[in-house]
Amino acid sequence: MKRILIMGATSAIAEATARRFAARGDALFLVGRNALRLQAVADDLKLRGAQMAQTYLLNACEMDRYSSMLDAAAAQLGGIDAALIAHGTLSDQAACQASIDLLMQEFATNALSVMALCTHLANRFQAQRHGVIAVISSVAGDRGRQSNYVYGAAKAAVTAFTSGLRQRLYPQGVSVVTIKPGFVATPMTAAFRKGILWASPDAVARSIEHAMDRGTAVVYAPWFWRPIMWVVTSVPEFLFRRLRI
Amino acid sequence: MAAGSSWGRWPRHEQRLIALTNRFCELPDFEPMLPFGNGRSYGDVCLNDGGTLLLTRGLDRFIGFDPVAGVLECEAGVLLSDIIKLTLPHGWFPPVTPGTALVTVGGAIANDVHGKNHHRVGSFGHHVVEFELQRSDGLTLHCSPDCNREWFCATIGGLGLTGLIRKARLQLRRVPGVWIAGDSQRFANLDAFFELVESSDAEYEYTVAWLDCASTGSKLGRGIFMRGNHVQHDAAAPRQRPPRTLHVTPPLSPVNAFSVRLFNELYFRRPAAQAPAARWHYQPFLFPLDSLLDWNRIYGARGFYQYQCVLPGAVVDEAAALQEMLRRIGASGLGSFLAVLKKFGDLASLGLLSFPRPGVTLALDFPNRGEATLRLLEDLDSITRAAGGAVYPAKDARMSAPSFQQYFPRWQQLRPFIDPKFSSSFWRRVSASTI
Repeated sequence: MKRILIMGATSAIAEATARRFAARGDALFLVGRNALRLQAVADDLKLRGAQMAQTYLLNACEMDRYSSMLDAAAAQLGGIDAALIAHGTLSDQAACQASIDLLMQEFATNALSVMALCTHLANRFQAQRHGVIAVISSVAGDRGRQSNYVYGAAKAAVTAFTSGLRQRLYPQGVSVVTIKPGFVATPMTAAFRKGILWASPDAVARSIEHAMDRGTAVVYAPWFWRPIMWVVTSVPEFLFRRLRI
Repeated sequence: MAAGSSWGRWPRHEQRLIALTNRFCELPDFEPMLPFGNGRSYGDVCLNDGGTLLLTRGLDRFIGFDPVAGVLECEAGVLLSDIIKLTLPHGWFPPVTPGTALVTVGGAIANDVHGKNHHRVGSFGHHVVEFELQRSDGLTLHCSPDCNREWFCATIGGLGLTGLIRKARLQLRRVPGVWIAGDSQRFANLDAFFELVESSDAEYEYTVAWLDCASTGSKLGRGIFMRGNHVQHDAAAPRQRPPRTLHVTPPLSPVNAFSVRLFNELYFRRPAAQAPAARWHYQPFLFPLDSLLDWNRIYGARGFYQYQCVLPGAVVDEAAALQEMLRRIGASGLGSFLAVLKKFGDLASLGLLSFPRPGVTLALDFPNRGEATLRLLEDLDSITRAAGGAVYPAKDARMSAPSFQQYFPRWQQLRPFIDPKFSSSFWRRVSASTI
């Protein structure tokens, strides 16, 4: 049984992963901002086998509340073995180009809040000398593209940040897992055939569970995004800047 | 706009898809809308050409389970297979299961589905304790046999037209484990089938027959009769093989008169068809087709029709009507190998538009060969109409408005309960004026 904190627990990927944790009887502390939805997820996870599914209401932008949230999690779970950070928004690129305020806000939600939470967790896990911090970044962070570079830039920040954190915590036996999902089909669209690149949240969840168990450093979910992104990052700039992607 | 399709992969319609992710959100402001679950109904009851489909698979959370009373509360997009996974270890099972467990709870209610144990327990609606119906005007109705009963009866078998079912409470039934024991035997003709039904329905919870619809002459009406009961047995459940998926759609369907005859002959003669004492895991017994996902693609790019009718014994002799139907199907060479025969019980269905009623029900697939297939099905409809029977909307993509209105004489009574912003391709077709 593991004691796991999940930030952004109502997101499709987080919920799918939490169901896998629940099936093996883990104790879960679920953080989200919508009380009704969060409670519905918690009730479901308890029925699916979670030893505990506590909820905690928090908006990711309330960074000054992170410390007390972690205190509550540690108290309820009796300690934290792992954390999955899954909150985020899919930024509207065009709107971010028109509004600096929105740009800053998106960056705060998708990058700064993640860094803040990671730092809190790192300091606690460093002291207890074990733990896993898993963060959902994105293949979009591997190279900025005009169609979503605000989102991509925030995810790039998360990727670089977790890379450094991984080195820092390695001597203490704490793993930092950077997860880079590709296109994720929500379960609701599963009935309708998409391209072969689309993965179900459960397929991504399987990769996440596996990586968190093994302490894998960087995981592309599903795996085939690794070679795809290798190609994307290898395209020389003189060519890349002409692409309309 | 994107294409949503039903299990028959025919007809093809264009509709806007809206994915519902939780049971607390308002309905979107589109018109007409229709809930769409896991797309296992065959024709167009789950389609809404030019309109909007509300995809309910995102409503897949369990809400509560009482392992003492066997009452489960869940969101409407939960699959029966998910319920079995959760409740079978506690000794509880869905009381009614159609031929696939990959249907949503909402879909099972909206089509008032039935199973191989209809003669014992009735249809799905009989086991619904309560559900919550969301209307486009913002109202939420709690419906049960005691509360909003008329809404309850309109929504059971109501084809998704009365609003969005968000969550439901179901009464499950006790089972001793995963095993079903019974037997399997060949029968030579319809008389033998009816004798088997007569002698089995009291003793066996599940009775069903596979029928060889390709045979004519002296072999007409032959088939294999299977019956079984849930039993206590200590053997461990066999390792579940993950289901395989049919990944390609053949451009031309390999299902034709020759392959069907060959398959049926082999299937009828295979040794396992005659098994005096058989034991099955519930999965192959109740859901044989769930081991091959997307099997419907076998019918090729043009898809297929399924025809399921019920022939009551009251007006004309049901055996004679069935005999005539089989003769025409056999002569046409248009049928497929998946033909199922079952005798319904007498328990009256709750829904205004529920399909199950006392009589014998025949279901089989027809690869879509255009006009020839439609003519044959219309021909079968004339027999069903003469017999005072009905055709199952969940399987239908072509029945005429006059046929429907004869099959479901109370259809007008549904009108006041239909949500003004809800409709379906099926409903627009069958509710058309008949003058």
